[in-house]
Amino acid sequence: MNSIISVKNLTKIYDNGFKALDNLSLEIEQGEIVALLGPNGAGKTTLISAICGLLSVPENKIIVGGFDVAKDYRKARSLIGLVPQEITIEPFEKVKNTVSFSRGLFGKPKNSHFIDQLLKDLSLFDKRDSKNMMLSGGMKRRVMIAKALSHEPKILFLDEPTAGVDVDLRKDMWQVVARLRKSGVTVILTTHYIEEAEEIADRIGIINKGELLLIENKTALMHRMGSKNLVIDLQQAANKIPESLSHYNLKLSDDGLQLHYQYDVRAQKTGIVDLLSELKKASFKLRDLQTSQSSLEEIFVNLIKE
Amino acid sequence: MNFYAIKAIYNFEMARTFRTLLQSIISPVISTALYFVVFGSAIGSRMEQIEDIAYGSFIVPGLIMLTVLMQSVSNASFAIYFPKFIGTIYEVLSAPVSYTEIIIGYVGAAATKSFVIGIIILLTANLFVDVKIQHPIMMLFLLALTCISFSLFGFILGIWAKNFEQLNLVPMLILTPLVFLGGSFYSIDMLPPIWQQITMFNPVVYLISGLRWSFFGTADVSITYSLLAIGLFTFVCIAVIGWIFKSGYRLRK
Repeated sequence: MNSIISVKNLTKIYDNGFKALDNLSLEIEQGEIVALLGPNGAGKTTLISAICGLLSVPENKIIVGGFDVAKDYRKARSLIGLVPQEITIEPFEKVKNTVSFSRGLFGKPKNSHFIDQLLKDLSLFDKRDSKNMMLSGGMKRRVMIAKALSHEPKILFLDEPTAGVDVDLRKDMWQVVARLRKSGVTVILTTHYIEEAEEIADRIGIINKGELLLIENKTALMHRMGSKNLVIDLQQAANKIPESLSHYNLKLSDDGLQLHYQYDVRAQKTGIVDLLSELKKASFKLRDLQTSQSSLEEIFVNLIKE
Repeated sequence: MNFYAIKAIYNFEMARTFRTLLQSIISPVISTALYFVVFGSAIGSRMEQIEDIAYGSFIVPGLIMLTVLMQSVSNASFAIYFPKFIGTIYEVLSAPVSYTEIIIGYVGAAATKSFVIGIIILLTANLFVDVKIQHPIMMLFLLALTCISFSLFGFILGIWAKNFEQLNLVPMLILTPLVFLGGSFYSIDMLPPIWQQITMFNPVVYLISGLRWSFFGTADVSITYSLLAIGLFTFVCIAVIGWIFKSGYRLRK
């Protein structure tokens, strides 16, 4: 796979002295969906702004589709579509004109057929002659996406695309992203919703204090960093955990019918076999066993804490 | 050159004019018509001729310039300030467009609107007073150059302004006095000698005088000085805008 975006040792310090990005490097491959997670002020939007040309960056720091965003800004920017965090559209203009304006701005000739199809794909066709200010918040966000896709970009940045939208619209957005992936568009999104990243991303990057803490395949990340929880159902309620089992750090449920054992999937020995053996010695009668993987949210919170 | 982008910005801005036709075109025309009624017909009929020109006709270039200057500045400043205010400027800044293309789009549209308004006012003036133009080509050239240069100035103002108050500050507190004191309604020969000298520091004098020369063949200041003054002003505005885009002043962090 080829890198379609390459960021090399990028540091961004604002005029007020705030270091928003700290020697950040990142490679994004063509056609993948990358979710960038991080708390508020972590540097996600700054990173996107730098790649999209909204911030001044030195030469040879960001390469998009083989073009330096500082030197070959025309070629680099023409590959990118951006949906910013805030809904910002000309309130008095009509939907179709707004989207057509974006296409022209990115150097593409008028193509009414393409714009109509795009509006249909985003369920906006019926609203094409409505003024933007007459649309609901969700519809406005769709217009923002239509604007970003109007020039047929190879890369789409979605900066918190589902912030403040209802569940239905969020799922619609996920479908839009899935369709884009099928058409070969590389999608980079930032989100506060871990479930969103878990649902649609191929790779997940975690940013905190301007540093990229990690970027990794979603499944591998969850496998590598996630701890597992073993739940042991007992036939008879236990009053307490015997001293002989104290080193397993077991937790007993309130009703005394379940034991919880957390173990590290990365460890060479998970301790499950020994635990079960010692439970038998301690005369516990087992009814059932279940395991569950810790969620991305837990991984995220743990990383940020570190 | 990204011609599609220039066309997109230009058409988008012109569409705003048509959406707000009453405010954009009809309003300045009505205001100017009122000036002609008051100064041209009511007061003008009791005034002496100035340099053998009837007072009503004499004020035509000044009135055109008054409206064109104010419209150029307000159109261009609003055109760039509004996207900054509502946040849509991100799209222009992230698009594959050069600074020159952005300026041609925004300033071109603002200057076009002002030019059209200037011509409409000239036609309106014909309804009230007898207007003869001795140098029509030069008149159109001066009018176009003024529209462009003051639209450039308005563009700078729109980028500089942080709020609507600042946006209106320069037109209200600086431009309006300069235009009224720049000989719109009188010849500077009518002023006391000391004020005649002070007035020469007012750049608008050269613009009004230049346009008046194109109408009547005579003016307070030589046409050469007028052309030099407006050329210098245009150059300074272009230089400032060049610096703004290079430094990212109030556009890029």
